[in-house]
Amino acid sequence: MSALFSQEVPLVLYLLLSAALFALGILGFLIKRNLITVFMSIELMLNAVNLSFVTFAHQWHQVRGQIFVFFVMMVAAAEAAVGLAIIIAVFRARATLAVDRIDLMKL
Amino acid sequence: MNAISHLWLIPLLPFAGFLINGLLGRRLPKPVVTTVALLAPLASFAIVAVAALNFFWHIGPFASVLPFTETCPIAWISIGTLHIDFSLVLDQLSLVMLLVVTGVGLLIHRYSVGYMAHEESYARYFSYLNLFLFFMTTLVLAGNALVMFIGWEGVGLASYLLIGFWFQKPAAAEAGKKAFIVNRIGDVGFLIGMFLLLANFGTLTFSEIATKLGQDPGWTGGVVTVIALCLLLGATGKSAQLPLYIWLPDAMEGPTPVSALIHAATMVTAGVYMIARNHVLFDHSPFALSVVAIVGAATALFAATIGLVQNDIKRVLAYSTISQLGYMFLGCGVAAYSAAIFHLMTHAFFKALLFLAAGSVIHGLGGEQDLRKMGGLRKKLPVTFWTMTVAVFAIAGFPPLAAFFSKDAILFAAFQQGTAGKVLWFVGVLTALLTAFYMFRLWYLTFLGESRSPDVHAHESPWSMLGPLVILALLSIGGGWIGIERFAAFLAPATGPRAVEAGSANLEYILSGVAVAVALIGWYIAHVLYKQKTERPAQLAAAMPGPYKLLVNKYYVDEFYGAMIVKPLMLTSTYVLGWVVDKAILGGSAWLLGGVATFAGALLQRWQSGNIRSYAAWLAAGAAAVLLFVLVPWATVFGTFGIHLTLAGH
Repeated sequence: MSALFSQEVPLVLYLLLSAALFALGILGFLIKRNLITVFMSIELMLNAVNLSFVTFAHQWHQVRGQIFVFFVMMVAAAEAAVGLAIIIAVFRARATLAVDRIDLMKL
Repeated sequence: MNAISHLWLIPLLPFAGFLINGLLGRRLPKPVVTTVALLAPLASFAIVAVAALNFFWHIGPFASVLPFTETCPIAWISIGTLHIDFSLVLDQLSLVMLLVVTGVGLLIHRYSVGYMAHEESYARYFSYLNLFLFFMTTLVLAGNALVMFIGWEGVGLASYLLIGFWFQKPAAAEAGKKAFIVNRIGDVGFLIGMFLLLANFGTLTFSEIATKLGQDPGWTGGVVTVIALCLLLGATGKSAQLPLYIWLPDAMEGPTPVSALIHAATMVTAGVYMIARNHVLFDHSPFALSVVAIVGAATALFAATIGLVQNDIKRVLAYSTISQLGYMFLGCGVAAYSAAIFHLMTHAFFKALLFLAAGSVIHGLGGEQDLRKMGGLRKKLPVTFWTMTVAVFAIAGFPPLAAFFSKDAILFAAFQQGTAGKVLWFVGVLTALLTAFYMFRLWYLTFLGESRSPDVHAHESPWSMLGPLVILALLSIGGGWIGIERFAAFLAPATGPRAVEAGSANLEYILSGVAVAVALIGWYIAHVLYKQKTERPAQLAAAMPGPYKLLVNKYYVDEFYGAMIVKPLMLTSTYVLGWVVDKAILGGSAWLLGGVATFAGALLQRWQSGNIRSYAAWLAAGAAAVLLFVLVPWATVFGTFGIHLTLAGH
């Protein structure tokens, strides 16, 4: 295991995976119409960033990146709680979760 | 130790009256308003009277020493080497002036209680009147030109407010504006004079200027002349002299007691007072002095000729005021300042009396001011008639009434000034003839003969109005008995000694005789025209249509100013300033800026679609753009294509 991790897989592959996940998150955010899916895309982006943090922390032998991941996870958990609450409130008010229909702030 | 150590109370008590009546007057009962309004000038007059008693007869605990200066302990303006204090000065000149202002002011306040009794804005009227007294006493007491300027502008404001007191009447509102604007022209002169004083003497304090002028005999002509002429311009505005007299006749739109107080007795004499106060400056500039004399003599004659044919009782008096002020300027111009102040004092008495009596007539006739509709009022208004008679005889210059002494003092001083002085004297005597004529014309038309509007039932005014008339009549009789010698000796510390040629006593008697003879001639002509052959005036007017029309239309001066100054100004304002500058340049640029903003907003508002996903897309695109900018080594990229960008650090 340790050999596989430390020697064989180069840094760039992790970063590419992270970028791919992030791009997928953006894509999902932009094209999905269901609010819950959009919400999940955000989580995906957050975790893609987490992966980068961990990668670099490992690469530079520093613990700060790892700690930051915990922060991100905590914020993500809080955000999930609040976000879901908002989604439920929106659904109760408008009986829909289609993002395009939620446009009260428009000019 | 000095008994009069509270000069500041003299202006501030009327100011307190102004505040009380101005702020609370509408809610206070009328007797309270009256009490406050009368207490203010009464208290000021009492302080001045105590100071005068102290000085004249040393009555009171302390002996007064004049001049007495009182300075506000807090510095007013202190910039670099420039120090201006809020200082008040009581000397012989300001003492006389204060006695006149507060004394006549008190009488006219009392008279107003009766005259304005049925007025709706009773409290407003008295608050303005108190405000006027505040500024006028400030002007008189001022120890330097800047404090005087405050009073100067303030009386202008009070005058504006009181002329336009019946602001619902368009003519009154217009007259107020006219007075204010014409006075501004004069004030420019006063202001420039002050700037020049500061630049050349470094001080505005009257006594310091006099000291500096006295120390250096090199101060003659040149800059002193310019300063004196600038101050003269200010004085012609305030004192209604040529060429700025035009506002005073229109000022008669105000209530009659106001005309008596402000536009006859006190405020319009401020110009004379200012020249006397700055007499050292004028003494150092013979040219400026002769300009003062010429302006005075010309105004005296000019206004008197217009007064001949006016039919509004108040306008006759207004032109007579301008004419009498011309006498005072003439007196100043021949360096007979004490004579000018003497005439100022007697004029305050008899002209206030004339106006108040005219007000009593107008009051008795229910607002009628046209001489042609009066006549035969002698029996109906006996007290008014007798007091008015005193005033008419006084202004015509009959001994032993007040104006006889003061007018003769001025004419005598003018006569002693060489050949030019003889001309000035002749103009003065001619004016005296005209004055006697138009005053007796007014007298005959108002009180004698048959009533020309029999259906109007005139009634005598209440004693609240007649009381001041009687007091002023007594003053008009006795005000001149002090004599110019004693008066001049008293004023000498403030205005310089009176110059009299030796052995001229006989000449003085001859000149007095001429003046009285001239007054008799004027009376006789008026008697013939308006008593014996009442059809003659109309025939004379018909025989000389040209001169008559010229006089009735006041030499077309208003029309001339309208065409030469007002109309070009209006046209410039409308077309150049209004259309080109305001609408085209300023308005155009404002429209341009607004248009750009609107257009940009119209474009950019499309971004604000309300679609969350489009927002997110722009966000992502922005982030991508930033990443591209930061991460891509642009210099290298462009460098490979041979393009050189000068980025920071490269």
